[in-house]
Formats: sequence, C-alpha cells, structure tokens
Amino acid sequence: MLRISRNLIDDMVAHARADHPDEACGVIAGPIDSGIPTRFVPMLNAARSPTFYEFDSTDLLRLYRDMDDRDEVPVVIYHSHTATEAYPSRTDIALASEPDAHYVLISTRETGSQEGPFELRSFRIVDGEVAEEEVLVVATGD
Amino acid sequence: MSVDVRIPTILRTYTGGEKAVTAEGATLAEVVADLEANHPGIGERLLDESGLRRFVNIYVNDEDVRFLAGLDTAIADKDSITILPAVAGG
Repeated sequence: MLRISRNLIDDMVAHARADHPDEACGVIAGPIDSGIPTRFVPMLNAARSPTFYEFDSTDLLRLYRDMDDRDEVPVVIYHSHTATEAYPSRTDIALASEPDAHYVLISTRETGSQEGPFELRSFRIVDGEVAEEEVLVVATGD
Repeated sequence: MSVDVRIPTILRTYTGGEKAVTAEGATLAEVVADLEANHPGIGERLLDESGLRRFVNIYVNDEDVRFLAGLDTAIADKDSITILPAVAGG
C-alpha cells in the first residue's frame, strides 16, 4: 500500500497537467526505511515526448547525490501517460530499476491540461512483475 | 589504479549488498572487467554487445561517460565512479 498525503497527490497531478501532452516525471523522496514520501522533486523529461520519459542523466546524478546527503530514497517514482490508461507499459516494466519504489502513474487522457477527474494508480514493479497496490490518501501533515 | 565504485540498489545483489566496492583498471572498460571478475554477473547488466547499455549511466567524477570517452575513458587513481540505472519508461 502507498500511504501519501493529499498535497503530494495534487503536486503530481498538477505537474502531469502542466506538461500534457508530453509525459511528466519525477520522484517523491522520503527518509530511508520510512516508506513515507515527503519531498516532491519534479524532474525534466529529457525526452520531451508524449510516449516516453527519461530523467536527464546529469539531473539524475544530482538527484541521487541530494537524496544520499539527506538519507533519503526515492519512495515514489511517478510519470504520466497522456493518451493511455494509468498502467505500466511494457517499456515501463522493462526499465523499472528501483524494486523498493512505488511506481505511480497518472493519466491525463481524459482532461489533458484541464482540471477535472484524473486516474492515478500505484504499482510495485520487481523483476518484470507488476503488482497494483492500494493508494491511501491522508490529510496533509498526517 | 584503484577506484571506488558506487553500486545502485538493483545491482547490490552482485556485491553482497555493498553500496560501494573498489575496483582496478586504467580505463572504464578495465574497471568493468574487474568488477565482473570479482562480482560475476554484474558485467552483463552494464554492457551488451554494442558497449554500455542504453539505460545504464556511468559517471566518472560526476561526468556522464557518454560525454567523455565512454568505455575508453581513462581512469586515474582515486577517481570515483557512480553507476545509476536510467529512470525512464514509456
């Protein structure tokens, strides 16, 4: 199960809408071993594509250095799908490389850049196996 | 040349859980070969028949080796090497 505060959900959805129709991507870091996402880190999609995302390699190194310095791990790795459902694609599964992370997908296919209903789902992806998990949204600060 | 190599979570199964290991080599290719000699299986996760795998990033002193000389990048004593899998998908 992913337990996450409302404001972090709002941050991810806002990022996905802002970058639509390209895919948006980023991380929510949290203290090692806590399993709690706390620090929202939107990343640039270096691919600037509606069908692919990739963190810029220099940004990626800086991100991991920052997390190391803060004793954090990437609790959530999120990205958006802009024309398909919020479910990991074959590419997502093949490239997933953080077995301890929650992979959050947001779909903007219904409303694009606009406000409105959205799809947001969370998955574990380990050794090519996808397991969906419940998302428990708690009030900010809880 | 003896260098520290930082290992990402997903490859620590090859290093007995260690986050960093030491390796030897005058070029990055030699360092990878030394890693494979001491941690069998890790080499295949870093290289394919065409060289460095597309979705693996290796940095020498914070510089992506794709902007240096790739596997031919010269390694000096006390350099630091970081391996990070790309965060990417479709």
